[in-house]
Amino acid sequence: MNLVINTLDELLAHAHELEREAVERYEDLAGQMEVHNQPELAELFHKMAAIEQQHVVKVESLAGSQPRPLAPWDYQWQTPESPESVPVGQGHYRMNPHQALTLVLACEERAEAFFAELAESTSDPAVREMAVQFAAEEKQHAELLKEWLARYPEPKADWWQDLDDPIAQE
Amino acid sequence: MNKAEPLIARYSHKDYKSAVKPIWCPGCGHFGVESSLFRALAYLELPPEQVAVVSGIGCSSRIPAYTQCYGFHGVHGRAPAVATGLKLARPELTVIVTSGDGDAFSIGGNHFIHACRRNVDMTLLVMDNEVYGMTKGQPSPTTPADWDSKIAPGGTGVNPFAPLAVALASGANFIARGFSGDPNGVARLLVEAIQHPGFSFVQVLSPCVTYRPEEKFWKKMVHSSSVEPTHDPAVAGHRLLSDDGFTTGVFYIGNRPTYTATVGTSDNDLSAIEEELAI
Ligand SMILES: Cc1ncc(C[n+]2csc(CCOP(=O)(O)OP(=O)(O)O)c2C)c(N)n1
Ligand code: SF4
Repeated sequence: MNLVINTLDELLAHAHELEREAVERYEDLAGQMEVHNQPELAELFHKMAAIEQQHVVKVESLAGSQPRPLAPWDYQWQTPESPESVPVGQGHYRMNPHQALTLVLACEERAEAFFAELAESTSDPAVREMAVQFAAEEKQHAELLKEWLARYPEPKADWWQDLDDPIAQE
Repeated sequence: MNKAEPLIARYSHKDYKSAVKPIWCPGCGHFGVESSLFRALAYLELPPEQVAVVSGIGCSSRIPAYTQCYGFHGVHGRAPAVATGLKLARPELTVIVTSGDGDAFSIGGNHFIHACRRNVDMTLLVMDNEVYGMTKGQPSPTTPADWDSKIAPGGTGVNPFAPLAVALASGANFIARGFSGDPNGVARLLVEAIQHPGFSFVQVLSPCVTYRPEEKFWKKMVHSSSVEPTHDPAVAGHRLLSDDGFTTGVFYIGNRPTYTATVGTSDNDLSAIEEELAI
């Protein structure tokens, strides 16, 4: 699907939904980690949700109100889901903070790529200016996350192994 | 899709989500289906108290607990029967049955067929992961014949069931397939299914990451339909029988008359029936 966004209203609607869905997915992941007794990861995802919620508020203040939503399938995401959300199917109940932050970093990088592509493709200078600014912000978040990520050790080779394995198959 | 765009969002995901946290395995496709359902309901601006989500048993059938809508977590395979009674008694409600391939096609196979045949106005959403997830990985009716596992060494050797073709032959009025990794695409199918009168059947391929980890690769196998939905059951039948099982989209839109209650449900009517039956 070609990315064609030439009005600020459309840009803000996309930015709002991107941040809103990110909050929704991080809260879902936090809940999953609570259920699977991973309090450290639950806290991490709650924190991410709170950060993204600030971005929702920021987009709303730029728009002057809550932007008019589009039908879910009318957003011009270039990925199967909105770019800043951890895709359905990713995440594991035994992942460690390094793996969780890797998922989060990928979200920021996808969001940056989305806004950068939008800035390239739009014909409207005001849209371009705002998209460039959003892309720069996402890039900045990605840089911060890289620093954060470096503080956590990578998972051990057998990280997924569970002595009380739910898997009956071999 | 005959709906004016809302000026502000009246409902969103959180209006339909309950405080109960899903106990699904992280990564389970059912999370995507839940999101799609809530997005579809929000798009349709359906107040949660005007929607009833009815299920049987299975990981997929847990959705009624996870929603603020009315929910009924029923008996294994029998959700269509409960939903039929509910819709006939309370036609103003939007009734959605959430089920799995084991629940809908195995123990509930007979109910599935006759629900399609009756054509009561409801939507059946089957999260198909080609396995019994909740009971730890037994093959289901949609499991490929050669799926090798501890529980069925060498595979069952039994041909998988073709749910969409069976639904068509049985009289379902709307037939579609989606993929849980595309929640917005599934939301769109659900909106169309809910809006279409009569019995709508939506199969959503929804990987079980725990017992069928190889299903994570479904995201590379699904492809959207390149043709428009048809109103002709013969054309739909040909498409469905020659399909690879990974085509997503709407296959069939029928125009059979919807089955509705012929007996009223007001107190007066009930007393009239009592009188009629009095010995
Ligand atoms: C009458 C009855 N028989 C058997 C069971 C055991 N049982 C519970 S869930 C299930 C299968 C569920 O599989 P599916 O519908 O595919 O859902 P999933 O868990 O994969 O989402 C079975 C056989 C039961 N609960 N009740
Ligand atoms: S067992 Fe399978 S179907 Fe059930 S919650 Fe886990 S991944 Fe999902």
